[in-house]
Amino acid sequence: MRNYIIRRLLLMIPTLFIVSLVIFLLIRLIPGSIVDAMIGQQEAISGGGIQVDRATVEKALGLDVPMLTQYGRWMGGIIMHGDLGNSLWRDTSVLEELAARWPVTVELGLLGLIIGQLIALPIGVYSALRQDTWGDYVSRSFAIACIAIPGFWVGTLIVVFPSLWWGYSPPLILIPFTEDPIGNLQMFILPAIVLGMAMAGETMRMTRTMMLEVLRQDYIRTAWAKGLRERVVVVRHALKNALIPVITIVGLWMPVMIGGTVIIEQIFNLPGVGRLFLDATLLRDYPVVSGVAFVFGFGMVFINLIVDITYGFLDPRVHYR
Amino acid sequence: MADSPSGKVVERKRHSTVVGFLIRLVKEKPLGTVGGIITLLLLLTGIFADFLAPYPYHKLLGDTLAVPSAQYWMGTDFMGRDLLSRVIFGARISVIVGLVATTLAALVATSIGIVSGYIGGKFDLLVQRSVDAVMCLPHLILLIFVISIIGPGLWQVIIVLGVLWGIGGSRIVRSATISIKENVYVEAAKAIGCPTTRILTRHILPNIMAPIIVWASTVVPGVILVEASLSFLGFGIPPPTPSWGSMLSGSARKNMFLSQWPIIWPGLALATVVYGVNMFGDAVRDILDPRMRGGTGRYGAKARKEAKVKK
Repeated sequence: MRNYIIRRLLLMIPTLFIVSLVIFLLIRLIPGSIVDAMIGQQEAISGGGIQVDRATVEKALGLDVPMLTQYGRWMGGIIMHGDLGNSLWRDTSVLEELAARWPVTVELGLLGLIIGQLIALPIGVYSALRQDTWGDYVSRSFAIACIAIPGFWVGTLIVVFPSLWWGYSPPLILIPFTEDPIGNLQMFILPAIVLGMAMAGETMRMTRTMMLEVLRQDYIRTAWAKGLRERVVVVRHALKNALIPVITIVGLWMPVMIGGTVIIEQIFNLPGVGRLFLDATLLRDYPVVSGVAFVFGFGMVFINLIVDITYGFLDPRVHYR
Repeated sequence: MADSPSGKVVERKRHSTVVGFLIRLVKEKPLGTVGGIITLLLLLTGIFADFLAPYPYHKLLGDTLAVPSAQYWMGTDFMGRDLLSRVIFGARISVIVGLVATTLAALVATSIGIVSGYIGGKFDLLVQRSVDAVMCLPHLILLIFVISIIGPGLWQVIIVLGVLWGIGGSRIVRSATISIKENVYVEAAKAIGCPTTRILTRHILPNIMAPIIVWASTVVPGVILVEASLSFLGFGIPPPTPSWGSMLSGSARKNMFLSQWPIIWPGLALATVVYGVNMFGDAVRDILDPRMRGGTGRYGAKARKEAKVKK
């Protein structure tokens, strides 16, 4: 197990190398006109107060030296000091910006994942146990509705209608978990539900399909024949075996969910990494954009590793060498 | 199929493939049929938007934030534009994005996947690692990143969506290619001196079309939804062109506490369409792919009854 994790961590290096190359090359694709646009935009924002010249911007973007040097500088910074560069317009480093914001996104993502699965697994199992009944049809329609209804629409409706009907509006200032855990959870629960919705729908469908398959297996008949209670048969014998493909689906949907945080943070006004990314993109603050993109890539590679390790806990047949 | 009564087989042979397919769709997949109708309506609305819409989508009608009435079926927005007309023209954008981006994705996926899978070796390894790296960035992040560089617009969005989904889909094409290329007929083609391009297009491509089509049917609702998300965030199709996503942002969002109709209709249209296309795609897959039978839905019930009879 330990060797497996070490090997996987080492395999992360080439993937991350290519990720960094993709991000780097994208930045290099910025046409010269964008540099002009950036200068114009910045002068417009500051009301002509700040005079920005082309050379400064190009230097900040690292466009003033040959490409190989640029890449070496950027990667060297990341590897040597974990330095992702500095914001173009603000007097902060990308790392400082990230440090202030990552807890929000991680909390949102984790809550979304947990709530999504808490909704999806019981309904999926129920749907399989009562196949082709009204309960099953309702659950399946619910699952498809979860996938089809866009999160940004539901999010908008959730912001609007409760406040119109009951005068409730989500708090606008971030409440840290350490200060007021309950207030913090109240703030995150609705965004997390909206974020986890699509993944929940997909997981529900997969859970149902796998449970139907597993419930027809011989060992389930044996379990019944032994006189085990329904709960034990369903949870310990069937669900545990049905969960492995479900984990795969969860893994496949993680990038979608992480991307979704950008939208959800925007709608619910949460100051997370997604907001940082969006704001930086609108300001054309490319060092921040590429830094955040790299961190997102890093996070995804890491999540994939966790997903793969999870198989081992669920399936004793999986051996890591 | 082997144990089905022979009369049924004869009956089925009387119809052409398309009619037979439609009969099976209606008989076996009621939800898929509903999805098919929604998909058809979307297509027709998109094509005939000019005839269906009561007003031009950008015409300022004077009545701002009107509630639905006989004159304006869905009401009007903040600038006094008819919402029904805008939703109808939004359907056109969704149709264009859904079809063109999916076609582009299929082309990209096929060319990358088939070459990578057929050549194999170090080239394949390099291509696959690059595909992995691109795929491990969350899609929305990568899309926003790229659009911010190349600028928003209908064709930019279509190209970026098509290429990104194509890169993802190339894995499916590659694994299909690898399983096909071991066949003896490919060996035979090589032996008689077929050029590689001919082997790829005439011997391998026709045999991997089925998985490509199945995969493409899942791409359509995906790209429609992501185009709307991008437009919502301001990285998709710029106003005044009505995309269902951008209709939910901007002035509609600023005035959402004054009037809710502008934020209800586009989302409802989008949800209905994504639902319909998903359901239709699922049903088509189940009917076309015999391996998908059993386990779920009505087939599951049938299989269970058969199992009971056997016992």
